[in-house]
Amino acid sequence: MYEGIVQDLIDELGRLPGVGPKSAQRIAFHLLSAEPAEVRKLVHAISEVKEKIRFCEVCANVTEDALCRICRDPRRDPSVICVVEEAKDVVAVERTREFRGRYHVLGGAISPIEGIGPDDLRVRELMTRLSDGAVTEIILATDPNLEGEATATYLARLIKPLGLKVTRPASGLPVGGDLEYADEVTLGRAFEGRRLLDV
Amino acid sequence: MSTYRDTGIVLRTQKLGEADRIITLLTRRHGRIRAVAKGVRRTSSRIGARLEPFAHVDVQCYSGRSLDIAQQIETIDAFGGKLSRDYARWTAGQAMLEAAERFTENEHDPALAQFQLLLGGLRVLAETERDPVMVLDAFLVRSLSIAGYAPSFSDCAGCGATGPHRFFTIPGGGASCADCRPPACAAPGAETLSLLGALLSGDWESAETSAPRARREASGLVAAYLQWHLERGLRSLRHVERDLPAPTQSA
Repeated sequence: MYEGIVQDLIDELGRLPGVGPKSAQRIAFHLLSAEPAEVRKLVHAISEVKEKIRFCEVCANVTEDALCRICRDPRRDPSVICVVEEAKDVVAVERTREFRGRYHVLGGAISPIEGIGPDDLRVRELMTRLSDGAVTEIILATDPNLEGEATATYLARLIKPLGLKVTRPASGLPVGGDLEYADEVTLGRAFEGRRLLDV
Repeated sequence: MSTYRDTGIVLRTQKLGEADRIITLLTRRHGRIRAVAKGVRRTSSRIGARLEPFAHVDVQCYSGRSLDIAQQIETIDAFGGKLSRDYARWTAGQAMLEAAERFTENEHDPALAQFQLLLGGLRVLAETERDPVMVLDAFLVRSLSIAGYAPSFSDCAGCGATGPHRFFTIPGGGASCADCRPPACAAPGAETLSLLGALLSGDWESAETSAPRARREASGLVAAYLQWHLERGLRSLRHVERDLPAPTQSA
């Protein structure tokens, strides 16, 4: 235990996700030995992000303005919406450079055991976006775990009666791996979603 | 450090650090355990897919200082895949997992009867066409019974007078005769009490002939009785989809 404000800093750092007491202590002492200008830059970045960052009014992605960069971009295809759980997932899909549509961030997945139901997510906002007839396809890119699957099932059941095309990204084998090392669940999914080779 | 091997059902998973998860399992011999599964959130993990909720697995763990460490996992039954494609069954299953966790309060206390009940319940939920809400209610009343809170749905819980009786008292332990009934106790329909008795005894033939009204009333009584004995209700119960039959669609 340290005294006063040093311990306060360690305690606050220790509340961050993935930071244990030992790491918190290491970061605190790094900050103590760092140049004041460096520390001020960090403090400024943290306070600025809290003041300026908000959620996009259309898709709930993180943004500094009312609309995010993707919703403002007229080159993005407004007829396809990719539904993801978190804003972090938007970045992951964008890295593929394969998707030119727009996004909808749900804010999590349905998890009854954690007390999270459809009403706690941005499902109503999604249905409102679909009501104007501009959207023709929905890609349900929730996480490939059970909660993500169940959330996709729930959304598909809501959306399909609207006559839209509802798709889900394929699950299966990672590129660059060996078949013999795949687990049976992933391999099973890969076989379920196998595609015709068009040669 | 000592290692042990057991079979268990994954009740819950929680994220831990960068890529790990804490897995809560209800095991056959070691009761409820919590174990760290290292690196399972990475897409390259070979065991991540085997440690999803509803998975019935053969697991080897070694005892850590605070939490056990899960290694070598083999799938016995993966109920989750089937359940997640049917929202009503999945929500009912989630309530069963939460209930099983709440009924096994102390870690490492053997809970073989609860384990067998959960395994059987998940199998019925995933592999048969039975009404998922009735499967859940049957699981809950039998879990209460295993925990020593078996309600009486026929004879009076106060004096033992042979039933059926008209009244039902949650604090009193079930059906109540006119002499024993406390003020302001419930007066469910006769069919509701008979349905609850059928669910407790596993008489599916008569349970499945029950009317929707009796099923709804039975679910309400089970939830209230459960909350009384567990002191707080299950979070997942309010999310259970009860408007059946629901269309089964895969995403």
